[in-house]
Amino acid sequence: MNKTNPKIMPVMMAPRARATDPIRLKAWHGAALAAFVVLVSIPAFAQADGARDSVFTALARWMPLLLKGFIFNVVISISAMAIGTLAGAALGLGQISLSSWVRKTSWFVTQFFRNAPWLVLLFFAMFLLPFELRIGGIIIPLPDYLKAIIGLSLPVMANVSEIVRGAVVSLPSGQWEAAESLAFTRTQVLWRIILPQCVKRMLPPWMNLYSILTMATVLASIVGVSEVMTLTGQVLAAEGGRTDLLLPIYSTVLLMFFIYCYPIARLTLRLEKKFAVKT
Amino acid sequence: MTWTDDQPMVSVKDVRKSFGALEVLKGVSLDVMKGEVICIIGPSGSGKSTLIRCINALNDIQGGSILVEGQEVNDPDLDKLELRKKVGMVFQQYNLFPHKTALENIMMAPLLVLKDDKAAVEKLARRLIKKVRLEGKEDSYPGELSGGQQQRVAIARSLAMNPDVMLFDEVTAALDPETVNEVLTTIKDLAKDGMTCILVTHEMGFAREVADHIYFTDRGVIVEHGAPDVFFDAAKDPRTVEFLGQIL
Ligand SMILES: Nc1ncnc2c1ncn2[C@@H]1O[C@H](COP(=O)(O)OP(=O)(O)O)[C@@H](O)[C@H]1O
Ligand SMILES: [Mg+2]
Repeated sequence: MNKTNPKIMPVMMAPRARATDPIRLKAWHGAALAAFVVLVSIPAFAQADGARDSVFTALARWMPLLLKGFIFNVVISISAMAIGTLAGAALGLGQISLSSWVRKTSWFVTQFFRNAPWLVLLFFAMFLLPFELRIGGIIIPLPDYLKAIIGLSLPVMANVSEIVRGAVVSLPSGQWEAAESLAFTRTQVLWRIILPQCVKRMLPPWMNLYSILTMATVLASIVGVSEVMTLTGQVLAAEGGRTDLLLPIYSTVLLMFFIYCYPIARLTLRLEKKFAVKT
Repeated sequence: MTWTDDQPMVSVKDVRKSFGALEVLKGVSLDVMKGEVICIIGPSGSGKSTLIRCINALNDIQGGSILVEGQEVNDPDLDKLELRKKVGMVFQQYNLFPHKTALENIMMAPLLVLKDDKAAVEKLARRLIKKVRLEGKEDSYPGELSGGQQQRVAIARSLAMNPDVMLFDEVTAALDPETVNEVLTTIKDLAKDGMTCILVTHEMGFAREVADHIYFTDRGVIVEHGAPDVFFDAAKDPRTVEFLGQIL
């Protein structure tokens, strides 16, 4: 029996979970980090004399402030993610538009912001955005942290745009053809058939992007936003440049990011595995 | 011009189709009357899929004419959606919507495209599930069904639009041998009910049994055609003879 080349459809192939991803966080990384903080604190603890607090006392004193700073990082990351995702989804759909003008423009904007260093984009937003916006009679102030959020949402937007475009083109063309031959309009095909299937494919890379964004929020310290790194600098200054505090404090900040990002990394991995089995 | 059913339901005349510099259809003509079943056979790459995809405007054509119930398909102002409401299509790879159950797959187009009443559509869908002998599988997702079952859902999904003509593109080619027959039986049932069908197939026994007319294509042209008995028993063109010799 003559069987003509059966097409291999991407939907049938399990997207491989990259188990050997070198930057993937593991639980022991966190444990090691915590142990490290304690270890580096011990000699300092031993050195503590009457004039200075022990490292632990100093850490405890500044902890609430550092935590507040970190929460600010989280707020910045969530806001930039939300803005970037909305704009990126629109841009991604623009990349698959039937109008070649829309398609090319979206492609260019995506490539431009995707291939720019995040820090440069941050400066770009800082210095190009006015300190207040006038819309009609209303004046909306644009504080630095809002500018930082906008600046960080630009690369997020570009990456989400690529995630959307990639997910749409990775679906087998048979899905389009089947829906079109049932007389669906293009909009119906996209919203009822293609995009619902893309959500699963987009979720892991989107969460991965969020982790990267969260870690990139510390860039905002360079442009003067009082997030955790800025505060860390201020704490060290307030402590009069105690070198024995450097390592414990920076390790504490690292640990905060780890505790926040690690569960996200785990969940991403779980989702990747789950979607790999059940397409 | 109004079409009446003494004229061909599908009339393909001198159709030319190229992908870039590659000419895939080099002047193909065939007519299908209402209620007729025709089979297109021929070697891989001869343009069979391309030909039937032109009939529902999934592919455009560069020359010639395709009339479906008198409506010209080779027309820049063609209302593709109106055409596709009349022409059902079933694919080699089923192409069911994996995020929808069997029943939802069948119900989607009547609901979204024809905007029919939901209760009526569900009734229709359940009747079609029964017709393709898949009772009990209404709530299964495509991934939970065998190839043959998926293909029968795909047939039901097409039928739900109540098309006037059905296109089948090697719908059993991806199936396990033991499930081929359940799909062929479903198509035979359809043919018995008087559905106009254009089938691309490599199932010669089936073609002989079900077809009113057989077309043999090679390299973008129709080499030979005729009634099944004449075609299979008295093929004249050496290319047909060679092909039948290989496949039978
Ligand atoms: N979308 C396409 N772009 C370019 N070439 C194509 C496309 N679809 C089909 N072809 C070519 O057209 C020829 C006929 O293909 P097809 O109609 O699928 O043949 P068949 O169904 O008879 O096996 C082949 O040479 C194939 O490579
Ligand atoms: Mg084919």
